[in-house]
Amino acid sequence: MAASKSLVRSESGKVRRVIVVGGGLAGLMTVIKLCEAGVPVDLFSLVPVKRSHSVCAQGGINASVNTKGEGDSPQVHLEETVYGGDFLANQPPVKAMCDAAPSIVFMLDRMGVPFNRTPEGLLDFRRFGGTLFHRTAFAGATTGQQLLYALDEQVRRWETVDVEDDRGERVAGEKMVRKLEWWEMIGLVTDDEGVCRGIVAQDLKNMSIVAFPGDAVCLATGGCGIVFGRSTNSVINTGTAASAAYQHGACYANGEFIQVHPTAIPGADKLRLISESVRGEGGRVWVPRDPKEQRAGREVPESARDYFLEEKYPGYGNLVPRDIASRELFKKCFHEHRGVYNRESQRNENEVYLDVTHLPREILQKKLAGVLEIYEKFVGEDPFVNPMRVFPAVHYSMGGLWVDFDRAANGSLVMGSPRNQATSIPGLYACGEADYQYHGANRLGANSLLSCLWAGMVTGPAIAAYRKNVARSAWDMPSSLFEKAEKRERKAFEAILALDGAENPYALHDELAHTMLVDCTIERDNATLDKVLAKIEEIAERSRRVGVTDTAVGKMNQGAQYVRHLRNMIVLARVIALGARNRDESRGAHFKPQFTQRDDANWLRTTMAFHKAGANGENDAVRFVRAVDYTLLGQRVEVKDEVDTTLVRPRPRKYETAGAASTAAKG
Amino acid sequence: MADDRRARTIALKIKRQDGPGQPGYWQEFAVPWHPRMNVISALMEIQKQPVTASGQKVTPVVWECVCLEEVCGSCTMRINGRVRQSCSALVDVIAPGDGPIVLEPMSKFPVVRDLVVDRSRMFEDLKRVKAWINLDGSHELGAGPRQSPESQEQTYPLSRCMTCGCCLEACPQVNPSSDFVGPAAISQVRLFNLHPNGKMHASERLEAVMGEGGVEGCGKAQNCVEVCPKEIPLVDSIASVGRDATKHMLLGWLLK
Repeated sequence: MAASKSLVRSESGKVRRVIVVGGGLAGLMTVIKLCEAGVPVDLFSLVPVKRSHSVCAQGGINASVNTKGEGDSPQVHLEETVYGGDFLANQPPVKAMCDAAPSIVFMLDRMGVPFNRTPEGLLDFRRFGGTLFHRTAFAGATTGQQLLYALDEQVRRWETVDVEDDRGERVAGEKMVRKLEWWEMIGLVTDDEGVCRGIVAQDLKNMSIVAFPGDAVCLATGGCGIVFGRSTNSVINTGTAASAAYQHGACYANGEFIQVHPTAIPGADKLRLISESVRGEGGRVWVPRDPKEQRAGREVPESARDYFLEEKYPGYGNLVPRDIASRELFKKCFHEHRGVYNRESQRNENEVYLDVTHLPREILQKKLAGVLEIYEKFVGEDPFVNPMRVFPAVHYSMGGLWVDFDRAANGSLVMGSPRNQATSIPGLYACGEADYQYHGANRLGANSLLSCLWAGMVTGPAIAAYRKNVARSAWDMPSSLFEKAEKRERKAFEAILALDGAENPYALHDELAHTMLVDCTIERDNATLDKVLAKIEEIAERSRRVGVTDTAVGKMNQGAQYVRHLRNMIVLARVIALGARNRDESRGAHFKPQFTQRDDANWLRTTMAFHKAGANGENDAVRFVRAVDYTLLGQRVEVKDEVDTTLVRPRPRKYETAGAASTAAKG
Repeated sequence: MADDRRARTIALKIKRQDGPGQPGYWQEFAVPWHPRMNVISALMEIQKQPVTASGQKVTPVVWECVCLEEVCGSCTMRINGRVRQSCSALVDVIAPGDGPIVLEPMSKFPVVRDLVVDRSRMFEDLKRVKAWINLDGSHELGAGPRQSPESQEQTYPLSRCMTCGCCLEACPQVNPSSDFVGPAAISQVRLFNLHPNGKMHASERLEAVMGEGGVEGCGKAQNCVEVCPKEIPLVDSIASVGRDATKHMLLGWLLK
């Protein structure tokens, strides 16, 4: 911005703010970093931020603090993370994240997160998947909730702090954070040069639509698990904001990489997660050796149990990475028909046992109470006495909005570079599960809380630098820019309210979710994927003929909102399924029985997708590219789809061998 | 047996309200039963096919939900007269005789629409009592203070408060003619005053709950503990903060 102008106040006296969309861990961390840099923020969230999906994370957060004297280090954490991700993650951002992890956990501790403690009063750490080390800090089994609350409290504190102008004088009535809860981002505002200047949002209490200027916009809007219907995700995780940004021209990367978590409780409305920490604390997965075993789980003697993960993977055992564990569970149930036998239905259900009954109750209550409570409440059985029955469920999207990074000479990141976490739309940033950056083809357990916080810590300074150097502030743009965007979104919403077709949007979503869940998750067959794609196109076509279930105007209208989410989910489903169809190899969570090997020669690359809007009533399409090209602060940046593997050289994954994930770590 | 199950329906009686300040009215619904059904799945059925038990097509019932595993606090409502989360309200447990299950919005907060209420006063109260640690900054400052496992076991349960509002709903002292802050915020004062760093600002929080609408507003009905879904020892919290506030009032000026 021109040096003579105030960074904080516009000519007309308005406070120049940046926009953060999403109040989960990544969004809140971004807000905190921005506030500390003196940047006022408008924080938008679909729900009161304290109710964001981050609360569902149970097990913990990884940091190689090495308090157990095992020889753990950030270097080992880096190696195991990229190995676990089957080498698809760019390594510099991962290195930066792993290096920062101990200080992030210490920061959370200072914020008051009630982490479990060792007898000496230090932070306790437990084991998680894909490593042999105790690397996961935890607060009971509701770690995500506790972390989110700590950040929520800090952001609330910033809500009480006055904005200061460039001379350090307080601006009356203006606080550093202005929260807009129950507001949904429905579109971006970009100028003629394609630079993001704000968002259009809808007040969900009365459905009014308003454009907001922002000197930069950050999307921290989470994943898209609801595309698959029932999953471990919260109902708000439809990916609607990321989809809107993608449809506005942002690149979407690695969409096909969807994590299926091995252990969840089957349910009609949701597949509730049973944390990996249950296995980290000694929980064991098994099925009866006899497929027609009639006895209840607790009565089956040790000799009649098949601990199939421990047998096949003697080193990592029940703590193999999630992609592997989920495939093994799936194989047991679907291919070998050896899921737990149900005497009533007289068939082998799609369930295996997850057993903690051999562990001391006192330890379980201190370390896993939250999660065992969920099992007891929702299944109505006591997990201390009866082995739990679980099955894999869609859990996390490794893919997301493509974001850039600025590599430092030492292999880490250039902190404060405006390139970090920048999407292909200048001025638009993304972080958290909404981005694609940190997990490659498969995320290790307890790395998601870390990546959310770390990405927020990177995005805050990146946006602060961008805002300082952007040629023109959004507050100096003509108001017509915002009026036009507002009008566009109002028209789109009115069109939804007028829909009176025969298709039921909820039934349509069920159909979409069913095809995605059954044929586009753990095993992906090309012929079947072709059918999935045909189904998606059919659903896209039918989605134009839905009838909106609620036509209320001027008041909360979830029916109309749902139609918008449905359409945005269909768009993402296409990106996911086409990405899967194209990628003829197996890597991490993406597994094709026809191509069981990883193919680095052809596929060690990022999938980069752009939206192609359908003209004249035709369906939309996806344009895949080999490089992203964008102009940031006057500089042209070109990024190819090659993966930066300069720190840890790719090698085949062999979890059958203990310590295979890190050359420095021999269990 | 399987056929019987398919035929089974659950009756719901729902209090509806079209918007803020508008009159409430009742509607009845019948939805098909399925195994492990909870109140949320029953509401989802109505959302898909918004038709009343008498066959009248209506607007779908509006309610709030997010996590569906009783950790976000969103879906709180009155179910058969008792305030709780609707996700963990299992139909077979609360309505063994197939209903009717009576759903109403919480009564202590303004209704937005149907079962959705606006609980923002609770978040404002967290501001008022300064429910946070006065962090110097999020930059690297080394390890936090050591804390015993016992202290973690005391603070963790307090820290699980979802700001769901059950305790306010059940508290007779929270009503239109009182400005009692309610148990949730008071318990947060206790939480932060127990933390080694939070303690340094304990008096600010105590002062926030002294006087009008503060801890003395508690009428000791103890309903809060009865309804708290996370079994937070709210009565202990109120007693503990009350004692500290009294001590601070009597001796605070000496210590300044």
